Amino acid sequence: MSAQTPDVAIRLDQLTKQYPGGARPAVDSLDLTIPKGELVALVGPSGCGKTTTLKMINRLVEPTGGTVWIDGTDARTLPAHELRRGIGYVIQQAGLFPHRTVAANIGTVPALLGWKKDRIAARVDELAELLDLDPTLLRRYPAALSGGQQQRVGVARALAADPPILLMDEPYSAVDPIVRARLQDELLSIQRRLQKTIVLVTHDIDEAIKLANRIAILNVGGILEQVGTPEEMLRAPANDFVADFLGDDRGIKRLSLITVDDVPLREGPVVEATDSPDHARAVMSENGVDWVGVRADGRLLGWVGEADLNGDPTVGDVEAKPFLATFRPGMSLKAALDGIVTSQTRVAVVVEDDDRYRGMLTVDDLAEGITASGPGEA
Amino acid sequence: MLFATEPLVRWKWVGDHLDEIWQDLIEHIQLTAIAVGIGFAISLVLAIVSIRYRWTYGPIGAFCAVLYAIPSLALFALLIPIVGLGVVPAEIALVGYTLLILLRNMVAGFDGVPPEVREAADGMGYEGWRRGLRVDLPLALPAIIAGLRIATVTTVGLVTVAALVGTGGLGALINDGLDRGDFPTPVVVGSVLSIALAIVLDVMFVLIERFATPWRRRQRPDTVINPDEPVGAAAAADVAGGELAGAGAGVASGG
Repeated sequence: MSAQTPDVAIRLDQLTKQYPGGARPAVDSLDLTIPKGELVALVGPSGCGKTTTLKMINRLVEPTGGTVWIDGTDARTLPAHELRRGIGYVIQQAGLFPHRTVAANIGTVPALLGWKKDRIAARVDELAELLDLDPTLLRRYPAALSGGQQQRVGVARALAADPPILLMDEPYSAVDPIVRARLQDELLSIQRRLQKTIVLVTHDIDEAIKLANRIAILNVGGILEQVGTPEEMLRAPANDFVADFLGDDRGIKRLSLITVDDVPLREGPVVEATDSPDHARAVMSENGVDWVGVRADGRLLGWVGEADLNGDPTVGDVEAKPFLATFRPGMSLKAALDGIVTSQTRVAVVVEDDDRYRGMLTVDDLAEGITASGPGEA
Repeated sequence: MLFATEPLVRWKWVGDHLDEIWQDLIEHIQLTAIAVGIGFAISLVLAIVSIRYRWTYGPIGAFCAVLYAIPSLALFALLIPIVGLGVVPAEIALVGYTLLILLRNMVAGFDGVPPEVREAADGMGYEGWRRGLRVDLPLALPAIIAGLRIATVTTVGLVTVAALVGTGGLGALINDGLDRGDFPTPVVVGSVLSIALAIVLDVMFVLIERFATPWRRRQRPDTVINPDEPVGAAAAADVAGGELAGAGAGVASGG
């Protein structure tokens, strides 16, 4: 009767929450499928019911209509506290228990499940390592921890009983941007290892783009406007609301999703250090620029301008100016764009991990990259 | 013999009556402990009802405030025709006086549990009763103990008045001295011991609180991981505890 495929972790079926006295439902007939092992971000302005939706999954809020299917089972068929012990939960200010040590906080759910003490202790140590928490912190109380550390402990606590599903409610909105970026990177790396099904509520579209496999954009009243991968959504927003919410820098945001690896590189105006200045001039005019990159032993030494070429026998005799930044294949096109607009040569130089020259990118290449990665809407 | 020549304390009398004084002190402690103990149990029930059914808090609080406002001498006297002389009327009155302080502090303590901590506890899968016992109660403890301190010190003082209805305790010693008119020693001994008892019990509760709430102890400088970011809970609890103690002390002067 639930008609679930094995790859679906959570399915929201006509899910509705009408608060008593509310003019209209906080969440209205929401249908959403959350595949196993994916991180799905619920995004939207305040009042869009994203947190209400999240809390209906672990029944901190009871739906007034519709069904939450978890792994093919109606969430209502279990007692709420048992359901919740099987679902990790991370909240905004971490919500650590101030009267318990960090270790006891992390061990909360295993203790509720009646695990033996040694098993809990071993699990706590394992999670401290996974989240890069100093073992000496485990004996402390949460008040002694920084906001970032508290949030790490909050994630460790949610993972303690190894639940297949993790719910995260604005987990990083209370920490400063630098810490936030680091915590987000950590979540990505943990997710690569653990492959949990994660539902993340955030009002920060950039966070959603960075973390999520799939984004669901909700409008006020819990109305689903669009679901899709960040790339799909940025490329083809379903309507004006989604387009507005994504912001007027959708193209730039898409650049952040595409890596240097994804686009063809050009060889660019490059000569060997042993080449003659005449050859260098020829390459310049061929490429329509007034500089060339100088390569020796497969590495790019830097670049020389047309005016620098005098009577020297080879290009290598001229002192090459260094490229200020070089980029590696895994880096985003957004970073490359930054390199392009801040360099004198108007290119981003891409090198292999062993610093060997691979190619370069111009603004045109980035524009091509966006168009090539899917049909543009314009 | 002129009263003026009578010293405040005749140590020989004290030496001769050590057993009696000791007996009075023990009785005083018993009367206080019974009053605060029963008052605590009743207040806890009232507090749970008040929190569970919020609309009851107004009427319950008002009732306790009325009890608190009755002059103690009048209440002791009024109870005699109903329940007779002795410990029973005394304890009824004493218990009545503890309720307001204990109730208000308990409710404020439970209200002070941070909502995100409650939500986390629910989200982890605590059943309601278990959350109350393992999360809400420990976090409300500083406020509850603040209430116990005020209630206990107040009760120690009131027990001396209760001797008028024949309860014994240090009040009996004081009455004895007052009856003699020209012999202040029992009055002084009774008063000093009563004050000392109040201080000792207060200190005892401070120690109990320190022992029972290790997370609120000030962290030594080398154990504070990030001094620039002293995160909320402990600091907030300090403020809450302070406010409560202050509020309670304000009411205490009315008894």
